[in-house]
Amino acid sequence: MYTFSNKLKTFSFILMILGALGVGYGFMTSHKSFEEVETLLAEESHHGGDHSVDASHDAHVSDSAHGEEAHAQVDEHKEHIEHVQHQIANRPWSALYVAAFFFMMIGLGALAFYAIQIASQAGWSPVLFRVMEGITAYVLPGALIVVAIAVASGTIGHYNIFIWMDPEVVAHDKLIQGKSGWLNIPMFALRGLIFIAGWSLYRHFARKFSIAQDTAEDKSNFKKSFRIAAAFLVFFIYTESMMSWDWIMSVDPHWFSTLFGWYVFASMFVSGITVIALITIYLKSRNFLPFVNENHLHDVAKFMFAFSIFWTYLWFSQYMLIWYSNIPEEVTYFITRFNDYKLPFLGMVVMNFVFPFLMLMNADYKRIPWFVVMAGLVILFGHYIDIFVMIMPATVGDRWFIGVPEISAILLFAGLFIFVVFTALTKAPLLVKGYPFRKESEDFHY
Amino acid sequence: MEASKVIHAIYTDDDVLMSAVKKVKAERYHIEEIYTPFPVHGLDKAMGLAPTRIAIAAFIYGLIGLTVATVMMNYIMIEDWPQNIGGKPSFSYLENMPAFVPIMFELTVFFAAHLMVITFYLRSRMWPFKEAENPDPRTTDDHFLMEIAVDGNEEALENLLKETGAVEISLIDKAH
Repeated sequence: MYTFSNKLKTFSFILMILGALGVGYGFMTSHKSFEEVETLLAEESHHGGDHSVDASHDAHVSDSAHGEEAHAQVDEHKEHIEHVQHQIANRPWSALYVAAFFFMMIGLGALAFYAIQIASQAGWSPVLFRVMEGITAYVLPGALIVVAIAVASGTIGHYNIFIWMDPEVVAHDKLIQGKSGWLNIPMFALRGLIFIAGWSLYRHFARKFSIAQDTAEDKSNFKKSFRIAAAFLVFFIYTESMMSWDWIMSVDPHWFSTLFGWYVFASMFVSGITVIALITIYLKSRNFLPFVNENHLHDVAKFMFAFSIFWTYLWFSQYMLIWYSNIPEEVTYFITRFNDYKLPFLGMVVMNFVFPFLMLMNADYKRIPWFVVMAGLVILFGHYIDIFVMIMPATVGDRWFIGVPEISAILLFAGLFIFVVFTALTKAPLLVKGYPFRKESEDFHY
Repeated sequence: MEASKVIHAIYTDDDVLMSAVKKVKAERYHIEEIYTPFPVHGLDKAMGLAPTRIAIAAFIYGLIGLTVATVMMNYIMIEDWPQNIGGKPSFSYLENMPAFVPIMFELTVFFAAHLMVITFYLRSRMWPFKEAENPDPRTTDDHFLMEIAVDGNEEALENLLKETGAVEISLIDKAH
């Protein structure tokens, strides 16, 4: 049995408190009045070397490339300020949302990986099942938080993440009107709850059968867990795809991409596997997993390596197809990202592909714990950036920064994640006892 | 001078072979070669063979392939004749790179795979019309053959091999 060390528990509480304070600070400083934003913009253009306030306003007008008439310029100026004001107000919401989604997707990715291991009757992984089950405990609270933030941004907040939630925007937007059969808050919330219900039900029963199998006389629980794993994977691949349209793609309601669901899946899958590796290494270092050896680590690291490349394949496929055809209605997605997010947009390719590709290629390195930890941390940070670059350009545009709101949100959910996962780990022995492939897994040798 | 006489011990089971190899190694005899009809897992470790470096070779070949692709397309598409083809930006390699990535990828794989296979053939001396070096045709079907050099100690070695479960032991004069 695992005991949640007090040190780690305190650590998770500190993370949560620090994070909550920072998130609160982010929300408190994000409400800027019209005049404040006006002076802010004027100051910014001063920094750019332009000393005339009027001229800087003109520059903004020509930026947005609209009417040339004098009174139109005043409207443009007002619109521009309001636009920036909204972006500044969006930042703490988006920062919170990105971090919430990132940790939820780790749990969900681990759940998908777990189901695949059971459905494929893998012989190497059963010794890691309890670690995976612990991580998947975060799916229910994590996903509920994501939906809650999304819905709150459209009800409590001022449509700070999803502009299709704003009835005024929809009234002037034919494209969103055409999609409002899918994109409306009640349906969004209902779909979200159905997805979460399905995932959590699978997680609940998989865990139940797994624990029941420990003391069972026969293999009936194993058979049941096999069947529900197969059924869950079918449900998962549909709902994961729809979830990615709802929770991520709809921040840009004018844009769509067909392989987006797969792309988000690759991101969550590799993050989930990486966290499985990190928590396994942590528990192993605390001597809670004597039956796990470097051969298991080698296999997990191979999955990290392979799915980093899979992620890159999908990232590039999406990017290259849109770049190549250069159709205006879809290429704007990458133009905003390339112009305003050059460093994170290209940096994540280095972190998610080049780094793990070179680090984890060598078979010997995959067996060294600290090496896998280093590669894993870079992969995780890279996939946070990945989600960041999916959400932020649509909500805060070029006003992004990884500062207090973003880091605090990460700390908040990291603390919650650690608390939920390690609490779940204490609830059952860390080795599946009656699972038919346990012996094979314990003796696994690569 | 190399020993000109060898002993051929034949086994009919790979598990027996494995334990025999360990025993013979423990007695510090030099195993010249082992012939098996299929890969026996762990045999290389038991014999103490050095690990292969073919993966390192393949990695280098892949880098060569990547370089070839990059240099080739940079020369053709950017330097030699930078035409405007459908509005693609052929001003620099980087600007037009996404269009080149499929070829860069494929040539990397092509070089890595083919050169690695050719390396394998060269290093293991395999080519068409090569004369088979099989001491006993049964080793391609269901027999395992261990070849050990002898140097005036035939009797002790033969006894040891008998103990390990060899079904057939024969002294072969390799002198030509």
